[in-house]
Parts: sequence; structure tokens; C-alpha cells
Amino acid sequence: MSEVQRSDDVPGEDDRSSVEAEGIAPGQAGGNGQPVASEAEPTLPDSTAEPVATVDEISEAIPRAAVQLRVNDLNLWYGEKQALSHVDLSIMRHRVTSFIGPSGCGKTTLLRCFNRLTDLASDCHVVGDVELEGQSIFGPDVDVPQLRRDVGMVFQKPNPFPKSIYENVAFGLRVQGVTKRRELDDAVEWALRAAALWDEVKDRLEDSGLSLSGGQQQRLVIARAIAVQPKVILLDEPCSALDPISTLKVEELIQQLRDQYTIIIVTHNMQQAARVSDYTAFLYLGQVIEYGDTDQVFTNPSHRSTEDYITGRYG
Amino acid sequence: MNEFRRWFSKGAPWIWLQAAAVSLALVMVFGLILLLATRGLSHFWPTPVEEWTVQQEGSPQVLVGQLHRSERVDAERLREAGADVPEEQRVVLRHLLKIGNRDLTGRDFTWVLDQDIIGRQRPESLLVIDRTQWGRFFGRLVGIREAGTLVPLAGNPWIELDNRLARVGDLRARIDELEGSALTSVNYRLERLRLEEVGLRRDGISNEDDPALVALEAKRATLQAEFDGYARELEGMFADIARDSLLLTAANGEEVEINMSVVLDAWRPNAMSRKERLAHYGNQLWGFISGPPREANTAGGVFPALFGTVLMVLLMSIFVTPLGVVAAVYLHEYAAQGWLTGFVRISVNNLAGVPSIVYGVFGLGFFIYFVGGGIDQLFFGDALPAPTFGTGGLFWASLTLALLTLPVVIVSTEEGLSRIPRSLREGSLALGATRWETLWRTVLPMASPGIMTGIILAVARAAGEVAPLMLVGVVKLAPTLPVDGDFPFLHLDRKFMHLGFHIYDVGFQSPNVEAARPLVYATALLLVLITLVLNLLAIGIRNRLSERYRSLEAQ
Repeated sequence: MSEVQRSDDVPGEDDRSSVEAEGIAPGQAGGNGQPVASEAEPTLPDSTAEPVATVDEISEAIPRAAVQLRVNDLNLWYGEKQALSHVDLSIMRHRVTSFIGPSGCGKTTLLRCFNRLTDLASDCHVVGDVELEGQSIFGPDVDVPQLRRDVGMVFQKPNPFPKSIYENVAFGLRVQGVTKRRELDDAVEWALRAAALWDEVKDRLEDSGLSLSGGQQQRLVIARAIAVQPKVILLDEPCSALDPISTLKVEELIQQLRDQYTIIIVTHNMQQAARVSDYTAFLYLGQVIEYGDTDQVFTNPSHRSTEDYITGRYG
Repeated sequence: MNEFRRWFSKGAPWIWLQAAAVSLALVMVFGLILLLATRGLSHFWPTPVEEWTVQQEGSPQVLVGQLHRSERVDAERLREAGADVPEEQRVVLRHLLKIGNRDLTGRDFTWVLDQDIIGRQRPESLLVIDRTQWGRFFGRLVGIREAGTLVPLAGNPWIELDNRLARVGDLRARIDELEGSALTSVNYRLERLRLEEVGLRRDGISNEDDPALVALEAKRATLQAEFDGYARELEGMFADIARDSLLLTAANGEEVEINMSVVLDAWRPNAMSRKERLAHYGNQLWGFISGPPREANTAGGVFPALFGTVLMVLLMSIFVTPLGVVAAVYLHEYAAQGWLTGFVRISVNNLAGVPSIVYGVFGLGFFIYFVGGGIDQLFFGDALPAPTFGTGGLFWASLTLALLTLPVVIVSTEEGLSRIPRSLREGSLALGATRWETLWRTVLPMASPGIMTGIILAVARAAGEVAPLMLVGVVKLAPTLPVDGDFPFLHLDRKFMHLGFHIYDVGFQSPNVEAARPLVYATALLLVLITLVLNLLAIGIRNRLSERYRSLEAQ
């Protein structure tokens, strides 16, 4: 408990020095919305803010990687309760980023901001911004359905529609107005192949999507998401309702998809985060405590609370 | 004591109580149906005709008829009524005999004390005749007269009779056809022409040489010629059907001549084989379901009422479904969930408890007088002062019942909507579907079992409703069905008959209650069956829908 208390407080001197010692200049988890890597001394306008490795450092480390999503000083309230505070993050294109953290820390909320599913909660209130390829997604003239086509999402529990397998995958395209059977056929087959499900279902495309097993359903839902050719895929604890073998299959699928899509995965499973992701963000009480290269975060976390969480000492 | 407490705490008494309640409910339902079936369906069986010799007022008399029912009554009551019952007797068995021949005796039924009966016989020669007027005739066939001259009944008189019955049946079918559709249709078209002419004259065309009026007159002349042709044809057939007549003797020996044109059917129940009885029963039953009522609804069939009931319920479903679904979708999906929405929801629920006659009054005042009157002013001004929509009719009745059943549809649709897991809506939204597309492609199809449940409840309620209908369009006797071959084919402005109202009318407004009583039971049974069939239909559709979305329940 004392650790928790500490990470909540003003960061200690040693925290920052450890970050610097590892060659990653501290960025800012809370601030004025400008990730300034060159700044030697991070500004800490918020007393609860924690220094975090900035993305720009990571992009330097990984050549040719570009920023797909940039979160600038994002704050989110549900009614009076603040669920996210001063979140700054940059998500790399065609990389897998995982969000870890204890329950209720805001991982899923942050994820749902990226396709604005947070709009569904009527008492949700957002200050700050998220940019998808440089375009703000919270602007007044944003085409939200188009945003959701660009940013696909897979949910914690498989949620195929009570329609046939074929219609499940074709749903997004039909919504876009595609009616040509040929076009749909091709897209469905492509998406199911991409989701490594084609061989298992090719002979029963007309069966209900609900007739599949849980793991197959989850891959069907992934196929449904990639059928509309998104740029980003959000995975919200995609394996939490699956058995180990299905989990393995979904993880393999993530490995296959990483070349073409930017993937953000929320997970409670440390091993999974370590296995599949390139970058990891640790969130705690609505703040990004630590964000960096996955190996870095897992082998040498710069924050005490991160280490406690990863090693299982926390909670 | 301890034993008893243990038994009690195990819940056994409650289980017994529950079982008893269920059994009681089942017994009541099946008892009702059994009562309706036995009382109603036995009416069509060719009951034997008996010839009774009865001691009445000192002298023996002959009565012919069918035993309707028997009962034991208190002798004292009979003595007070003036019957001659011995002092020592306390209970008397008496029989109600249907003697028919209302034209001769003035009544259909007579009470006979069991002790007055001297002899009972069932002669095979006794004939029962169903007539279009004066009810049934019981008697013996003496002769057949064709065009005024007696036909020799040398061989089998029954074959001769059957041939003539068949001939009359054919002729009557043709007359009905001509009267029922051809002549009605011509009349309908003539009326439309008249209204057209009124319209033309109102528009200022008064010159008789105006081409529009001339054309109209030409059309009318054609129709009139058609009408005259039909009328002549009918006249010929009327003469034809009245060619033969039957010479009969009644129970008291009185000679009667009955023209074949009023004879619907004639049979000798005492001489019938089992097979003939069954065939006769089937015919009578079919006649009841498919035929029109006769003699102020105390005889004949109920087809117009059956047709009106089903059509009205179908129209009601068509009106109430979109209205209820749209209202429920708005309340559940779009409206902000505040105190106002809560208030609206409570109000809707309370509407379900408003007595149905109130809806009838509302339908009469608002729909018929206000809206219907307005429609007449605007569109049917030529027919005024005769109202078109400003009077009760199929349309207003269906609309009133749609209003009456709206709450159930709204409530169960909302129920169906709230059962859809949030994850599915989110799944659809996350694929770039708008709220409307999500609603239309995912939510509504999945809520369809809930919607169907609402419609089932609505149909069940609407099919049995009578009180409001009496105010908004149901009548004792509607001469024409609301559907026929004349444009626009479905006449929503027409008044119609309804089984529920028919039961009330036959049972309580009839001039001949005793004769009509079996028809009340039969009609009630039919209404129950119709409600059942409509319900089964809706339940079947719902089950097919929920089969498709079955796995949803697990989520």
C-alpha cells in the first residue's frame, strides 16, 4: 500500500535520475500537451504527474517507425469522476502496443477514446486531444463512423452478431454500402484468411456465428474488424474469455497482423503483454506511469509501482 | 409436531398449493372449452324426431319434435303456475320439446310434464325441414306439387324430394351469387356514378350537353341496362325456384303447403344411417362456419362475423406494430432517460389498465366524429349528409383497438430492446455503423421476438374485445363483407360483424333465445378457437425468430 501511496505523490528524485540513467530522457505524463523530448528538465505542472519515457526517443531507436496515434494531455471524466488525467502517448505505426495496469486504471477507457466509443456514455466528458495521423479525432466535424472504420475494435467477450459467419464478416462492408456479391465474397474470404479462420469455417459460412467456439468467435470478430481495412486495431483483453489454446491462436494472429496494422492491446496477462507487444504502457489511477519498449518495461522498469505490478507484488 | 414442522419447512405445502393452483386453472380452462364444445357442437347433430302422445287438458294430443332438454322442478312451483300436478308429488320431471312449426303454433318450444306422456314413438317418416323463415318444420310428407299439379309419388318419394332439393339448392346458389356480387357490384358502381355527377355539378357543370355529363349518362345507361338484365334474370330464377311446393301434415293433422323456395334442407333423422348422420352433421357445421346468419341471427351461420373478426385483428396488428415499435424505440434508444421519459413510460403502462369502453368512447368522439367527420368534409363531401368515414367502420374499429393494445406492444418491445447485450451494439458501432444502422441492422432484428410477444398479447386482447367495438363500427348484421371485387377491394369504411358482438346479440338481444342458445355456445367456441389460431400463428413466428437468436440468452 505504501508503494501505491508513493507513486501517487510527487515523484522522488531517484525516480527521475533512474530514467535518465537509462538513456531515455524523461518526457511528461502530465503537461501542456507538447511532448518535448529535448527539454532537459520536464515541466511538472501537475503534482500527481510522473515522468515517462517519451515516444520520440523510441521512434529514434526504431527507425522508420512513425507515430500513428498521438494522445495530447487527455483528460476524461465520467460525471464527477476523473477516469483519465493528463495522458500523453504516441502509438507507433505497425507496432503492437500493450496497455497494462490494475483493474479500473483506465486502460479500457483510454482504448475506447481512440474510436470514440466513450461517446456512448452520456456523462462522459473529454478535455485534450487524440490525433490519428495528425488529424484530431475529437474535432467538431469528425466523421465518427469513418473514424471507427479506421480504428477497429475487438472486445473482451466475443460478440459476433446472431447472423451467419459470412454476414458477420460482411457486416462492416454492407454498412458502407457494398452490395456486390463478388466483392463481398472476396473480402470475406480475405478477412477470414487473414484472421486464420478460413480453413475452419469455409464449408459452413452460412452457419450462425454463434455456433463457433469461443476462440473461433474471437477470431471471427477480428476478421470482422479487419474486413473494413482499418489502420488501427484495438484489442480489449481479447483473450480473457478464452482457453490457453485459443489464446495462443489469437496471439499468433496478432503476430501475423502486426505488419499491416497498428495494434493496441489491453491485457491483464503480463506474459501476454511481454510476448506480443513492442511497447508497453503501464497505467495506474488514470495516469500513464510508464511507457516504453516492452523489454525495457518488463526487465528494467523505471518506476517502483510498475515493477511492483509486473512482479505481482501489487494488489 | 416436529415431524410436521420439518414437513412444513421443506416447502412441501407450498409445492402442493402451487400444484393445486395450476390444476385448478387447467380444470377451469378445459372445463370452459368442454362446456362450449358439448353445448355448441351437439346442435348440429341430426337429433331424432319423436312423436309424443300427451294428455293435455283432459284429452290426448299429438306432439312432434326434438327433445331439447329435461329438468326436474319443484312441483309447488308448477302447481302455482296452474299445472295439474298431484298433491303428494314434490318433484316433477319435465321436458322441453322443440316442436317447431312457429307459423302454425306461434312458438318453437313447449314444456311437457313427464307424467303426462302416454306414448313416445320415432316413426321413420317424420321429416325435418330447415326453412329460410319461421324456423324448422316437423311433419310428414303427403305430396309434391309441381307448377300447380300433383306429382305422382309412386316409387320412392324421398328420391323425388332429394332431386327437387338439389335443384332448389343450385338455383339458390345462383340467386345468391347474382344478388350477392353482381347486383351489389352494379349498385355500388351506380352509386359512385351518382357521386361523380354530384361532384361535376358542384364544379359548375350544369349544361346537360356537357361532354362529361353525357359520358356519365352513357355509362349510367350501360350500368342500368346491366342492372335490368340481372333483375330480369333474377325474376326468372325466383319464378323457377318457387315452381314446386311440398304438401305436408303437421303433428295435429293440419295440412300445410310449403313452397320449395323457402326450403333449405329436409331430412328424416329417424331413418338416417350413422354415416348419413355424420355427413349431415358435417354439412350443418360447415354451413354454420361458412354461411350468413338468418332470421335475425337466430339461425344460419356466422361467416361474416368470423371474417370481420379476423380482418379487424389483422388490420389492428398492422396499425399497432409500427406505432408501438417506433414509440418503444424512441423511448428506449433515443430519448434522454430523465424524469420526463419515466413519466411517459408510467403513463403508457397505465394506459393498459384503462377500461376498454373508454377507448370506445374516445374512438367514437375523436376518430369518428372529429377525424372521420373532417375526412368526409374534405374528400367525401358529395356523399354528405350520408357519412362515409364519419360513422363507425372497420378502419376506426381497428384503429381504436390498435390504441387499446398499444401499451402492451410498447412495453414488450422495450423489454426486448433492453435484453440485447450492450456488447452487440458496441460491436456494430465499432464497425462504423451509425446509430440508425446499428438499430436497423442489429438491434431491431434481435428485438423481434420481443416485438412478436407484444403482438401476441395485442392479438389476444383485441380478438376478444367487444365493448369498444359496439361504439366504433360493429353491427348486428352487415349486408356486405368489407372485402369484395369492387375497387378499392378493401372497404375500410364499411361496418362489419364481429364474433364477440354476435355472441352478445344472439344470446341477449335475440327474439328467440331458446332456439339460438346452442348457437351462442358454438359461436363462443369458434371465437375461442379463432383467438387460439391467431395466437398460435404469432407464437409460431416468434419461436422461429427466437430460434435464430437463441444463443443470445447465454450472453
